[in-house]
Amino acid sequence: MRIPCPFCGSRDSREFVHRGDAAPIRPAGDDADAMFDYLYLRDNPAGQFEELWYHAQGCRNWLRVRRHTVSHAIESAEFARIGHAA
Amino acid sequence: MRYSILQLATQALRRHRDWTPAWRDAAPREGYDIVIVGGGGHGLAAAYYLAKVHGITRVAVVERGWIGGGNAGRNTTIIRSNYGLPGNEPFYEWAMKLWEGLEQDLNYNAMVSQRGVLNLYHSDAQRDAYARRGNAMRLHGVDAELLDADAVRQMAPFLDFDNARFPIQGGLLQARGGTARHDAVNWGYARAASALGVDIIQNCEVTGFLRDTSGAVVGVETSRGAIRAGKVGLAVAGMTGPVAAKAGLRLPIESHALQAFVSEGLKPLIPGVITFGAGHFYVSQSDKGGLVFGGDIDGYNSYAQRGNLPVVEDVCEGGMAVMPMIGRVRLLRSWGGIMDMSMDGSPIIDHTPIAGLYLNAGWCYGGFKATPASGWCFAHLLATDTAHETATAYRLDRFRTGHLIDEKGVGAQPNLH
Repeated sequence: MRIPCPFCGSRDSREFVHRGDAAPIRPAGDDADAMFDYLYLRDNPAGQFEELWYHAQGCRNWLRVRRHTVSHAIESAEFARIGHAA
Repeated sequence: MRYSILQLATQALRRHRDWTPAWRDAAPREGYDIVIVGGGGHGLAAAYYLAKVHGITRVAVVERGWIGGGNAGRNTTIIRSNYGLPGNEPFYEWAMKLWEGLEQDLNYNAMVSQRGVLNLYHSDAQRDAYARRGNAMRLHGVDAELLDADAVRQMAPFLDFDNARFPIQGGLLQARGGTARHDAVNWGYARAASALGVDIIQNCEVTGFLRDTSGAVVGVETSRGAIRAGKVGLAVAGMTGPVAAKAGLRLPIESHALQAFVSEGLKPLIPGVITFGAGHFYVSQSDKGGLVFGGDIDGYNSYAQRGNLPVVEDVCEGGMAVMPMIGRVRLLRSWGGIMDMSMDGSPIIDHTPIAGLYLNAGWCYGGFKATPASGWCFAHLLATDTAHETATAYRLDRFRTGHLIDEKGVGAQPNLH
């Protein structure tokens, strides 16, 4: 699999570290239900999926990648931002 | 038809003309007491034990593909009960006890072979951790033996004992562990369940759930029509996310691909199952002679039943590090299966928040060895609405309450379990 890094261009996926689902956003307060949801519950779709990758062996940017979990086709990759809406 | 040596001899004399299908390929009826979604080992075992132990025979197993076509035929066939945590060990030992009597019970040759499972250790700290795990096993009445390097050398002289980076200092042996023929386990459960009246319905994909006015699940919508049910049990590990989503459930599970490999056939070489303690690599030899081995999951969420090349390389590097002679062997096949990776690395056998819907999921790497006990405990839950005594820890709400069973201790990071 190759990931189109917006800074480095198309690079082999082994340069990257997979962080996981990009959808969960850490809740601001200490509400137990919200924290449980953030930590543990996942949509786990078989299809389009937004996830975070870290380009450890490249530009060391965090990327937000939109990938299909059945075909692995990557639709887009952009720099991740803190508080990025799902 | 009961299988026996006499039957085999008789059929051989009759040129094998009279063998009948092992199970009925049933068409869906209008309704059942219990419908189990997923015709893998766990679902079929649950159906079998529902009929045999609890006397409930109005049971259907609905399977999207065919029996033996999913993870039941994609794993590395290892059976063992060498767990350290109290929530896990009694359950896996119950599975091991069921494995030991499985073939007589099912009247089917599942090729259960207790050839031993050896976990190698490579440092003082790892020896201590293994000693602790072995002691935990023995406290649960399970066999475990801590071996030094000389004892391991006698069992497996071909290992790279003097590896400069990861010298082999010894291993933790569970002699009762071993392997079983994975798809025969499925076929055996299917045949035995079918003989007790269970309907096995293949090529029948669940597309939704029937709900009553209170929201309770009262059946399933399938590609072959609606089937009503008193209770519905999900045993669809790998596909739990998408199937549960049809009932509106979000779960502490991600799906990941795990690869397995088999080499060309060789003469008997490896005495049992051997696992590398410094990387992720485990190997055994099938009765046909192929070396069967595997390693880590691919690392990113996947529903593709195939794997990536970096992990192939990683597994082969692990093999070369512990067993250099494997470099002379040619790889015959590799394949991938989809794992339910739960957030603590342990499974779930529990009610769901939806009335009438029960969950068996989250098996991570460990589903195959659990098959008999998973079926037994799921049947117990479906029949009695209470958790079986060996599966009380596998609650769905443990993530909310903090009672995690994190055997590896890596936290809510499914791709690391």
